[in-house]
Amino acid sequence: MKELIIILLGAMLIDNVILSRFMGICPFLGVSGNTKSAQGISLSVATAIVLTIVITYPIRKFLSIHNLEYMQTIMFILIIAAVVQLLEMIIKRYNKTLYDMLGVYLALITTNCAVLGTVIRCTMENHDFVQSIVYGIGVSGGFALSIFIMSGIRGRINENEVPVPFRGTPIVLITAGLMAIAFSGFAGIGG
Amino acid sequence: MNRCLKQIYGGIVTENPTFVLMLGMCPTLAVTTEARNGLGMGISTAAVLILSNMLVSMLRNIIPGNVRIPAYIVIVATLVTVAGFIMQAYFKHIYDALGVYVPLIVVNCIILGRAEGFASKHDVVLSVCDGLGMGTGFTLGLTVIGAVREFLGKGTLFDYDINNNILGGSFTPVSIMVLAPGAFFVLAFICAVRNSMIRSDRKNVKSCQSDVAGNTDEKCMGNCMVCPGNCRESNR
Repeated sequence: MKELIIILLGAMLIDNVILSRFMGICPFLGVSGNTKSAQGISLSVATAIVLTIVITYPIRKFLSIHNLEYMQTIMFILIIAAVVQLLEMIIKRYNKTLYDMLGVYLALITTNCAVLGTVIRCTMENHDFVQSIVYGIGVSGGFALSIFIMSGIRGRINENEVPVPFRGTPIVLITAGLMAIAFSGFAGIGG
Repeated sequence: MNRCLKQIYGGIVTENPTFVLMLGMCPTLAVTTEARNGLGMGISTAAVLILSNMLVSMLRNIIPGNVRIPAYIVIVATLVTVAGFIMQAYFKHIYDALGVYVPLIVVNCIILGRAEGFASKHDVVLSVCDGLGMGTGFTLGLTVIGAVREFLGKGTLFDYDINNNILGGSFTPVSIMVLAPGAFFVLAFICAVRNSMIRSDRKNVKSCQSDVAGNTDEKCMGNCMVCPGNCRESNR
């Protein structure tokens, strides 16, 4: 149990998927404009990550039994593409407003490093089933946390006078850098 | 021949994926702690990009439109797996340093973006040239960012100790530059320089680069796969 909590907090705070591993930068810069769409993208990324981890686990085992580990990249990316397609259809069917709001970003989850990175990371660290799921939840939590904080800060930035060349992406990147410094303060938690 | 050279020049200068199009930000930020890692990542991505452009262009009339994206992904994933093997065999040091980011070349926006936006519409030679230009531009971008971060963070360049050997230890390295926050800061400044250059350069070009709130390239940044097709015109 203690080990699982360490995995969860480690993935969420210490080794934050966006701020220390730079995965999922695209939606982080693109969709963090308002809290509502940040909520939507975090929820869909979280669902995609956890679903993919559950589905890839037996495939991971199968590949390692038959010494086919080198096939993992191809297998994982195809599964992710299928899961995202499914997710897109489900959201389109049940929540039209969210679908319109997320627009193209939904399809882009396939090419989101965070999803593939998390699955590959689980394989590298040799997490078992429960550990993988906890890790996936931690990563999604970290993603949601940083994208939420960012959307809040961006709301404030918009009301301020920013030097012209720094408007848009540069100021967001600087804010992200400051957030990364703040998050590095969590490094002591794991012990 | 002329068009080929133009395409290569475009990829390196006017449409540089790192500095102008701002694509593939994940590896750009993650692996550029040292100039050498940036170079390694750039070259492997370039190799995959050239070959995937070539294959996609060759198969562009065979792959049905509906399943083209999954087909491209399979092509790219195969090439990345091969690239991973080659690196593991001959450049073990860089392979270990890049770690999880080697398989993540698959989801690099540049590769899928070029396959969808360029190679699927042009002939083989031109597509290879495009891959060559884009790949070189990307390698250059990563190496430059890596060099800046390595020098500011450690006072070295390609592991050569500039600080002690040339500057006589007068420069105090700021170690945060090789850590995660440094990546964001360096990119922010590069991006700001680019913004001011684009602004003065192309004042009256109607582009996808500014929306109502003045959030420059918000659309481009999130929209990797659509971007190369749409913004390229405006970046000219």
